[in-house]
Amino acid sequence: MNIVEVKSLTKRFDKTIAVNGISFKIEKGKITGLLGPNGAGKTTTIQMLLDLITPTSGKIKIFNLDLKKNREEILSKVNFSSPYVALPGNLKVDENLLTFGRLYGIKDLKNRINELTKFFGIHSLLSRMTSTLSTGQLTRLNLSKALLNKPELLLLDEPTASLDPVIADKTIKMLKKIQKESNVTILYTSHNMKEVEEICDRVIFINKGKIIDDGSPKELVKKYGHKDLNDVFLDIAKDSEDDWK
Amino acid sequence: MKWIRIKALLMRHLYLYKRSLPRIMDIFYWPIIELLLWGFLSIYLEKANIGGFNIITVLLGAIIFWGLLEQSQRAVSIAFLEEVWEKNLLNIFVTPLKISEFLASTVLLGLIRIGLVGIVMAGLSYLLYAFNIFAFGLYIIPFVLELLLFGWILGIFTTAIILRYGTSAQVLAFGFIILIQPFSAVFYPVSALPNFVQPIAYIFPSTYIFEGMRAVISSGAIPVIELLMASLLNIIYLILVIILFKFMFAKVKEKGRLMKLD
Repeated sequence: MNIVEVKSLTKRFDKTIAVNGISFKIEKGKITGLLGPNGAGKTTTIQMLLDLITPTSGKIKIFNLDLKKNREEILSKVNFSSPYVALPGNLKVDENLLTFGRLYGIKDLKNRINELTKFFGIHSLLSRMTSTLSTGQLTRLNLSKALLNKPELLLLDEPTASLDPVIADKTIKMLKKIQKESNVTILYTSHNMKEVEEICDRVIFINKGKIIDDGSPKELVKKYGHKDLNDVFLDIAKDSEDDWK
Repeated sequence: MKWIRIKALLMRHLYLYKRSLPRIMDIFYWPIIELLLWGFLSIYLEKANIGGFNIITVLLGAIIFWGLLEQSQRAVSIAFLEEVWEKNLLNIFVTPLKISEFLASTVLLGLIRIGLVGIVMAGLSYLLYAFNIFAFGLYIIPFVLELLLFGWILGIFTTAIILRYGTSAQVLAFGFIILIQPFSAVFYPVSALPNFVQPIAYIFPSTYIFEGMRAVISSGAIPVIELLMASLLNIIYLILVIILFKFMFAKVKEKGRLMKLD
């Protein structure tokens, strides 16, 4: 069963084509990596899936519903986390979680908050101001927020960026555990290919707004004849490097 | 619209107010300063017998009601700016929140701010100048409601402009309403304005509201024409400003600027 179906999705900003007619499907309960160099169109694609950017053309179906016509119903079962999108620093940790919990209309919110903050080891920080948290604590708070509504689709934009390797590794393990327990579908972006190989069932490579390749990490490593996904990434992103030169 | 989502944003702002002195000051500071300034001026004018009949009532009433208009506009604009300053727009708009719910929360926040300002100003003016705002009677209520509505319209208008042009336009949140004040016949009748300015004054609902309030004070009767004109203009502007806000929001989504709004 497909959770996401994207057909001929295009986004043009004036003369620049950020996303160029891409089509893909995401299966239920899988972790799919959306990979590509900077400016490839990953963030634009994710923001179109969240209805933050209006596509120039194409169709987005989530849970078999048209996003344009069923925004409220779809977004109530979706969530998002990115270290680049911080929660308000001038609110306490519990105030942030209460606010977003209410926005998702969660029942028994306090219990849900306790459950998640204990899972992520930030329960003792509930009365702390969000602005005083470390990067690792903020990531775990962001993930707690992202799981408040028990989403069926979770969009994670570089969730381990700017984390030290120990915290990043713990975060990945937590995400795998959550995915296993809740069978949530995850769309994941990262520049850390080792992490992608570890967590993703399938990856979609995009570059210059177009899908370059699609498959399981193992399949792609084999197909390109490289030793790991990092080399596959370098191979695919070569084109962008040429632009840079 | 779902109440739980409106409440979520309302509570989010109240969390800030309960521990932020500058935010509390933002509600009370200017209204109190203006009340003191205009109150003492009214007393001076009354003693010098310059203003004539009911000078305290007219000036103090005007400054209190202008304060309510200002608060209702600023509550909407500042609540939006809080989300921009904290770069929180993306977080809230990836939830099922609707624009109408977002605006409703700012309107309710405005009502709370207005309630607080109203109580403090009414109390202070009674203590300092023996001026009882409630002496205006029930006829003043429809005008106050029209005033609040106009404040919200102005708040949504400035928010729409900030949405389009970013925080470089945030000065509008604090200063836009001042542009309207000279034309709104707040402290003087429209007839005091130069002839060529008078038609401009009549495009603002606030002009009919303040003219109507003065009529209530002087005659004790409700001036129906002023009330109807204020209502009619408010309805027209409300429809236009909602269309404008929706248009600007759609533009921001089309240009992909929601996350980059600063």
